[in-house]
Amino acid sequence: MQTCPAEGHNAVGADRPVELAARRNEAFIRFTEVSKWYGEKANRLHAVKNVSFEAKRGEFISVLGPSGCGKSTMVMLTSGLEKLTSGSIEIGGQPVIKPYTDLGIVFQQDLLMEWRSVLRNVLVQPEFRGFKVRDYENAARNLLALVGLELFADRYPHELSGGMRQRVSICRALIHDPDVLLMDEPFGALDAITRDQLNLDLQRIWQEHKKTVLFVTHSIAEAIFLGDRVFVMGPRPTEIVEDIKIDLPRPRKLEIREAPEFLAYVHQITDIFLRMGILKS
Amino acid sequence: MTGGAYVVKKTQGFAAARWLSVAIIKTRSVLLIVLVLAAWELFVRIFEVPVYLLPAPTVVARSFVADWRVIAINLPPTMIEILAGFFLSILIGVPLAVVIVYSPTAESFLYPPMVASQAIPKVAIAPLFIVWMGYGLAPKIWIAFLIAFFPIVIDTVVGLRSIHPGMLQLGRSMGGSSFKVFLKLRLPSALPNIFAGMKVAITLAVVGAITGEFVGSQSGLGYLMTSASGQMDVPLVFAVLTTISFIAMILFFAVELIENVSIPWHSSKRSTGGH
Repeated sequence: MQTCPAEGHNAVGADRPVELAARRNEAFIRFTEVSKWYGEKANRLHAVKNVSFEAKRGEFISVLGPSGCGKSTMVMLTSGLEKLTSGSIEIGGQPVIKPYTDLGIVFQQDLLMEWRSVLRNVLVQPEFRGFKVRDYENAARNLLALVGLELFADRYPHELSGGMRQRVSICRALIHDPDVLLMDEPFGALDAITRDQLNLDLQRIWQEHKKTVLFVTHSIAEAIFLGDRVFVMGPRPTEIVEDIKIDLPRPRKLEIREAPEFLAYVHQITDIFLRMGILKS
Repeated sequence: MTGGAYVVKKTQGFAAARWLSVAIIKTRSVLLIVLVLAAWELFVRIFEVPVYLLPAPTVVARSFVADWRVIAINLPPTMIEILAGFFLSILIGVPLAVVIVYSPTAESFLYPPMVASQAIPKVAIAPLFIVWMGYGLAPKIWIAFLIAFFPIVIDTVVGLRSIHPGMLQLGRSMGGSSFKVFLKLRLPSALPNIFAGMKVAITLAVVGAITGEFVGSQSGLGYLMTSASGQMDVPLVFAVLTTISFIAMILFFAVELIENVSIPWHSSKRSTGGH
């Protein structure tokens, strides 16, 4: 979509499948032996160690690991906002050396601007990019409708619940129709029921918009439920311990979490964590 | 999402309840003042306190009625000094805070003299200002500024620094320049703190202006007070004192009103206690 930004958000449904089929086997995001550490040699803090993977265009990748293991750092490296120490990252064949802007980020905190209405919070994205904001208003309203917030466009963030606020921040991450969506434990601060709902919503949005998603979570069930693949990450300095392909039909319903094939994945991942000593029985 | 109507009703309900409780609180404070005045009046009458020591509220009120012209004539210069000092402290204080936040070098240069300027008693340097700038409005304005800019700088620095780091990352991921990030993210999110500083500053500006007038002036409420006490006209001293504290109160609530209008998202959050 980089080549035709004007077509951007209008063309989502129309030409994406064709384009997708053509590029199905092309690696879109490529990590090559990526490492990241902070500080000087004596007391260096190693966060990410030798991570290599390839993600196809439109793939949903769950990055699963214990808290503080460095998986967030790994994902943020993709954005170019954090500099890697060694190795290389490519998106669409281009090395990421400065902040890569054709992406949307959803953080654990919704980071809404309290002084802006819901609609204008979504529109902050094109505004910051120097696009003509008016051209995006319809797209913003459509996105809000997609997450059930069409009636809240003119409300202010403090009038919304935590789940609604996080939905707004997802809309903000999608409004400019980016190629890549980075989600850093986006539902970690929500209650279990809201979290389930947002898992369903996210799956629906993803099926409609087919972004390449890197989704950081520490919930095994969430990782399996949403992901095409689950990267099981080890403790700090983190590396990909196992790359598990999730072979479950979509759209997935919540009940699938009780299905034997789902539980098999849970067992497989739990075993890995036990083996690494992250879980102790 | 059927929550739309509910939210509307809820906020309206909150607004009504808030208005009522505010009304009660406001009248309550008036009631307290009335009680104190009554006790004061009784005390003075029962113990026959001489008027040059402590005039009864009714005597002060009478002096107010008799001398309102003198008070009114001396009001404008004091107001000008207060407001000019206050606006100067915003005009200089906020940019100073921005420089301090963005440049560690500037911070290490500016912070020590700033703190030192607060340690010096203003009454002690007021005569110097008069020597330098004469008996006009200027020295009072600068004394008001000197005492009022400090809380604005401190609070603005705190506000600019307390932005969520994720917010800055978000701004950069959207391709915003540092200037855009500052103008659209950092500054608005610091507004609650800036207003807190401004509320302290406005009352301090009153103190500064009056202090300056005490030391040397030919007009203003501070001048009127010194000349009244020189003539042992204690009721007029009290009348002017009342006027000054009334001005301070009005100015304070004016700043608060501007705060409520310009950052409704913050005050409403505060009153409903969030979610």
